[in-house]
Parts: sequence; C-alpha cells; structure tokens
Amino acid sequence: MDERNFFQQLAFDFTRCFITEDRWQLLLKGILVTIEVSLVAIALGTIIGFLIALCNLSKNKFLKAIGGVYTDVIRGTPSVTQLMIIYFVIFATAPIPKWLIASIAFGINSGAYVSEIIRAGIQSIDKGQTEAGRSLGLNASQTMTRIVLPQALKNIFPALCNEFIVLIKETAIVGYVGLMDIQKAGDFIKSATFTAFMPLFATAIIYYVLIKLLTLGLKQLEKKLRKSDVR
Amino acid sequence: MIKIKNLKKHFGELEVLRGIDEHIQKGEVVCVIGPSGSGKSTFLRCLNLLEEVTEGEIYVDDELINDPKADINLIRQKMGMVFQQFNLFPHLKVIDNITLAPVMLKKMTKEEANKRALELLDRVGLKDKANVYPASLSGGQKQRVAIARALAMNPEIILFDEPTSALDPEMVGEVLDVMKDLAKSGMTMVIVTHEMGFAREVATRVIFIDEGVVQESGTPEEVFGNTKNERAKAFLSKVL
Repeated sequence: MDERNFFQQLAFDFTRCFITEDRWQLLLKGILVTIEVSLVAIALGTIIGFLIALCNLSKNKFLKAIGGVYTDVIRGTPSVTQLMIIYFVIFATAPIPKWLIASIAFGINSGAYVSEIIRAGIQSIDKGQTEAGRSLGLNASQTMTRIVLPQALKNIFPALCNEFIVLIKETAIVGYVGLMDIQKAGDFIKSATFTAFMPLFATAIIYYVLIKLLTLGLKQLEKKLRKSDVR
Repeated sequence: MIKIKNLKKHFGELEVLRGIDEHIQKGEVVCVIGPSGSGKSTFLRCLNLLEEVTEGEIYVDDELINDPKADINLIRQKMGMVFQQFNLFPHLKVIDNITLAPVMLKKMTKEEANKRALELLDRVGLKDKANVYPASLSGGQKQRVAIARALAMNPEIILFDEPTSALDPEMVGEVLDVMKDLAKSGMTMVIVTHEMGFAREVATRVIFIDEGVVQESGTPEEVFGNTKNERAKAFLSKVL
C-alpha cells in the first residue's frame, strides 16, 4: 500500500465512522452522558466520603462499625458488579432515569475511596491545631470546619483529583446497564462499520482531552489553595 | 481564681499526677518548674481540660469545670493558652489567626476584632506582619502572634506551656519580654518553663513539681534561695 492509498483509506474510514449517518452525534451524546454521570457521581462520592470518614473517625462504636463495613464491602467488590446490582436489583423498578442510577452507583463506590482519603487527610493535621482551636473556646465542629478541614483539604487535594480522574474513567462501564456513553458510542460505531482503529482511537482521545481539561482546571485551583505556603 | 483539689491524672497504668492541691489567685504569675516527665505540662493542660482529669476537682471562678454538665467551651474562653509549638493556623493570615475565635464566638464584630488585633499586634511589636501567613515568620514572631491570639479573647488567665522551649536561643528574649510586659499589666499567668532567670525575675510564686506532686511552692527567693526540699535542691543544682 503506497502512501496515497493509506491516506485515502484513512479519510474513507473517517467519513464512514463519523460523518455517515451523522455518527459523530453518537459520540457527542456519549460525552454528555459521561460528563453527566461523572459530575453527579463526584459530588455524591465526596459527600458520602466525608460522612463515612467522620463515621470512621468517630468515637461512637456504632458509627465506626457502619464506616468500617461500608469501606470494606465497597472496596472488596468490583464496581461493575456494584453497578449491576444497583441497577438491576435495587432500583430495578424505580422510576429514576438510567443515568442517575449509574451516578448513584458510582457515587457510592467512590465514597469508599474518598472516605479513606479524607480520613488520612484529617489525621495528617497536627493535634496541636485542634488543641489551639479548642483552647480558644471553639467547639469540636467549629474547630473541624474552620481549622482542620481547610488544611486537610489542601493536603489531600492531589489524591482527591486522582480519585475523580479514576472515577471518570470508571464510568466507561455504564454500557453494562444500557447507557450510551463515550465508550459505548465508540463500541457501537465499531460494530456498525466493522472498523476498530478509528472509533477506538476517537474514544481514547475524547477521554484523554476531557481528563486533561479537568487536570488543568484542578491545577489552577490547587495553586490558589497553596497561597498560604509562601515564605 | 483557680482551685485545684487532689488532681490526679493517669495515662493507662502510668500515674502522671498523683494528687495536686493548688490555689491560683487573681493577678498571680505562677511559674511551674521541674524535670522533664515530672507532670508539669500535664498539670497545665488539665487546667483547661485539654487533658481529661482522672480524679479530683478543678474550680475556675468557683465553677467545677470537670463536671460533665459544665460548658467547657465557655470556660476556655476565659483561659488563653500558649503552646510550645505555637500552633498558629497556617492557612490563615496573622490577623485572621487572631480574629477567628472572637468573631466566630460572637464576642466582637469583624471590624472590632480587626481593630483589636492590630492593637495587640502593635503591643507584641508585629503590626507590620498582620497580612502575612505564619509560614513567613520566625519562631519568636510566631510565638508573639500566638500570645496576641490568646489575648484577643480577653481572657482572665493565660496558660503558657513551655513557650520558649522550641525557640532558637536568640529569639527567647523577645518572647520573654512580651510575657514580662503582660505580667506587669496584671494578667494572671501560669507558666511552665525552663527559664529559671525569667521565673526568678517575674514570678510571684514558683511551684516545683516532681513525680506528679507539688514538692515545693513559694516565692522565687524561697524556692531558688534556700529550699529545704531535697528533690528541688538536686534539680536546681543541675539547672542553675
């Protein structure tokens, strides 16, 4: 195959994969689904993670047990299995949109990992900080929200970003419950056109760009958080 | 002002405080001295319940503070504390370190607190550092900010837990000067310290703690001059 033929073939494949039958729209819709599911899951995962972290750090034995079991079970089972159980068993008959069920499943999954990150972050703050807050007359929750958490958040920020990125890529399994995200759209085009190269590379590039944009945004945010480190 | 009756503190099997009775009067500057591990820091930390008391009673202004019903947060507002490791809040600017508690606890408006913070910073000689973060300060400057932070709540008493032990030698003086100034103004202070010269000069009373009990208590002259207590004698002969 000479060079000209190679490029001609490439252009032909490109047209067939993305232009014919407006297949690019599948990918576009897929991007929206991925973003939708990811954003809600990140928000949910952060909230759940924070609550579970407080349970794990609590002196109350009952709360501690809840936190322990939650983290243990979620980390001990595959996310595909969790997604399918939540979709086909727990919310089987519930009148909730598919994408929201998927978000809930990923949020519950991510919460377990986020909780460990937050717990480690809170524990990394010197005990003297809490003592200083309490000695001024602040109560435990005031000390936590105004003194410990802002510092912990700064320390765990990179780890949290990492978890968000993992979560976004993890959503590539939503095809298992019939959602058409980026991955599923690419897969669909592959089947419809009998070509693998174009749709799969397009899928990879789209994920890459999405995550790159997120990373750049988070880097800016981190810079802001680090402004108190200036000597 | 503070009455301590038969105060005991155990860490598991270890008996750190084995029955302390003390009475700290308003306006007193009490220096607590003793070898390391003697329980003097634990004693101080019990006074505002940073350490849970195992047994005994602590009264602040006639209120039993280690009663489960006592509002410890309210009591702590009357008792400032300065730590060995400063414990400034690194994520807040110097001025916000000082105003955080008075504003959160609704003792002052933000404007009042800012004005008061600048006065206090001026008093400790750091007015120009109001808008920097603690990371850019030297140890001595950090400790002076910590003192200003404690003063911002207008406490009746300030507890100092080895305030100069973490400082480079050349910075000890600037912190002690601020504390001397404070003592002169009539502030009630309890100071755990290894600075014997300071204790001799500023204290109205010196307490020597060893093995979890008060071995000796008296004016600096009495304790440093001619103590009868063998342990105190042995300790002082090593440090003086």
